[in-house]
Amino acid sequence: MKRRSYVLSDTLTMLRRVILHMLRNPFVTILSTLATPILMLVMMYNLFGAVVQQADTMSSSTRYIDFLTPGLILITSIYGMGTAALRANADATQGIITRFRTMSIARASVLNGHVIGSSIGTLFSISVVIGLAFLTGFRPTADVGDWLTAGGLIVLFVTALTWLAVALGVSSSSPEATNSGLYLLFILPFLSNAFVPTDSMTPAVAWIAENQPFSPIIDTLRGLLLGTPIGDRGLMAVAWCVGFAAVGYVWAQAAYNRSSNG
Amino acid sequence: MIDVKGLRKTFKNHVVLDGIDFQVAPGSIFSLLGPNGAGKTTTIQILSTLIRADSGQIRIANHDVNKNPEAVRAVICVTGQFSAVDNTLTGQENMLLMARLLHLNRREARHRIGELLDRFDLAEVAKKPAATYSGGMRRKLDLAMGLVGKPRVVFLDEPTTGLDPRSRQTMWELVRDLAASGVTIFLTTQYLNEAERLADRIAVLDTGKIVAEGTPAELKRRIPGGHVRLEFADAAQLDKAARLLEGAVIDDSALTLRVPTTDSVGSVRDLLARLDSALVAVAGLSVHTPDLDDVFFALTSEPNKKEAIQ
Repeated sequence: MKRRSYVLSDTLTMLRRVILHMLRNPFVTILSTLATPILMLVMMYNLFGAVVQQADTMSSSTRYIDFLTPGLILITSIYGMGTAALRANADATQGIITRFRTMSIARASVLNGHVIGSSIGTLFSISVVIGLAFLTGFRPTADVGDWLTAGGLIVLFVTALTWLAVALGVSSSSPEATNSGLYLLFILPFLSNAFVPTDSMTPAVAWIAENQPFSPIIDTLRGLLLGTPIGDRGLMAVAWCVGFAAVGYVWAQAAYNRSSNG
Repeated sequence: MIDVKGLRKTFKNHVVLDGIDFQVAPGSIFSLLGPNGAGKTTTIQILSTLIRADSGQIRIANHDVNKNPEAVRAVICVTGQFSAVDNTLTGQENMLLMARLLHLNRREARHRIGELLDRFDLAEVAKKPAATYSGGMRRKLDLAMGLVGKPRVVFLDEPTTGLDPRSRQTMWELVRDLAASGVTIFLTTQYLNEAERLADRIAVLDTGKIVAEGTPAELKRRIPGGHVRLEFADAAQLDKAARLLEGAVIDDSALTLRVPTTDSVGSVRDLLARLDSALVAVAGLSVHTPDLDDVFFALTSEPNKKEAIQ
C-alpha cells in the first residue's frame, strides 16, 4: 500500500541527510577514512617498497606500487566502514532512529540511506587513493572493460562491507563498543596479501592470509588491473562479498527492528 | 483517544508494567506520574509502537497498536528523553527532514515550518546547527519537529527534565496551547507541580501499577486533610499540648506536634484558643494544606525499598 510507494522517496530523504552529515564534517569523514591508506601508501612504498621489490617471491615484472594499490583500495574501504559504523551508531544511540521508528515512514529507508550514503563516501575516498597511487607511479595494464569490471567489484565489496558496518553501528550500544567491533576488521588487512606476497610469509601466517576473505578480493583486483592470473579467486571474491552483504543486511534489519512492532 | 486495558510488560524476570488501565479523552492532558523506574518510559514506548506489550488492549485514535502500528504512527508524535533532534543539521533542516518524510509538498512544508518556528520562538536560530542550541531550545525543536505532521496525540516523556525554570514555563505554555487546539496530550513526569499545573487527569504509577487516578483535586481529596505543625520551646510544653490534643503526632527530637486539621481558618483558630486556655506556650506554627507531594508520598513506595526491589 502507501508504504511501498514511499520507499524510494524516503530513502532519498535519508540519503540526503547522510550526505549532508558528510559535507558538514568533511575533515572528520575524509581524514578518518583516508589517513591510514595514504600513510600506508607513503610508508610502504618509500620504506619497504625497494625491499619487497628485491624479494625473490615478487615477480620481477611487477612493480611494487602496482602490487600495493589494489590492497590500498580494500584498506580504504575498510576504514570507510569505520566512519559508516560510527555514523550509524550515533543515530542509533542518540535517539534519532527512535524518532524515525515512531513515524509512519518506509522502514527500509533509514538503513538504505546510511548504506548508500556511506558507500558513496567510501567510493570517493577510494578514487582519491587511486589518484594518489597514479601520482606515485601506479600504471595498471587494464583496458576499459577491466576497469569497469574492477569498478563493479569495488562497488560490490564497498556496499557489502558498508552493510556490515551499518549493522555493527546500529547494534552497538556505544561508540566504544562499535570501535572494538571494528578493531578486528582493521587488523585483517595486515594478515593478508595486501602488502607482501603470501609466499614470503611463514606457513601458518600464509595460510591465514591465503584463506581470509580480503585476499581473494585483492587477488581479483590485481588480476583485473595488472593482468595477473585470477583463476577461481574471482568467484571466491564475489562469494565473500555476497556473504558479507547478506549477513550485514539481515543483522542490520534485526538490530533496527529489535523489540519493536513490524 | 487513548484506551489502555490490562497492559502488561515484563523484561526478563522484572515485571515493569503489571496490568494497567486508563483512558484519555480527546483534547485533554493526561499525566502519568511516578518515581524513576516506575514504568513511565516503558508505557510511552509501548503506546508509541516502539516495543510490544506482553498483553493488553491498546487503542489510539481507534487504531489497535499491535494490529495496526502504522496507522498509529501516522497520528502520533513522541518527544522527550528518548527522542532526539539531528545535532548536525540546523533547526530548519531538521524541520525540513520531517516535512520530507511526511511527503508534504514544498509550499505546504515551507508554510508549516515557518509557522512552527515562529510559534516556538526558534525562527532566529533556525539557520544554526542544533548542536549549538541550549537544552530548552533543543526540547522546543524536538516538539516542533513532532508537530510538522499535525499529530492528534502527542506523547511527552518527561518534557521538562533538566530544563531551567524559564524554559520549563515556556514548555508548559506550549503544551497548554497544544491541548487547547484539540491535540490529546499524554505526558509522563516525576514533577508533581508539572502534573498539577498541566494535567486534566493524573494517574500515579508505582512499581508497574496505577495506585491512584483522578483529577488533581480528586487526588488531593484522597489524602486526609491538612495539618498544623506546632513548635514548642521545651518538652514540658510539648507534653502538655499532646495530652490536650487527641490525634496529634509527637516528634520529640524536634519538639514539634503534628495536629490534623481541616483546611478552614476556623479550625486553626479553635486549636489555638484551646492551647491558649490551657496555658500552653506555642513557639511556632505552620499550616500545611495537602498537595500532590503528600499524595505522592502516601501512594508510592519509599525510594530505598524500591532500589532494593530493583
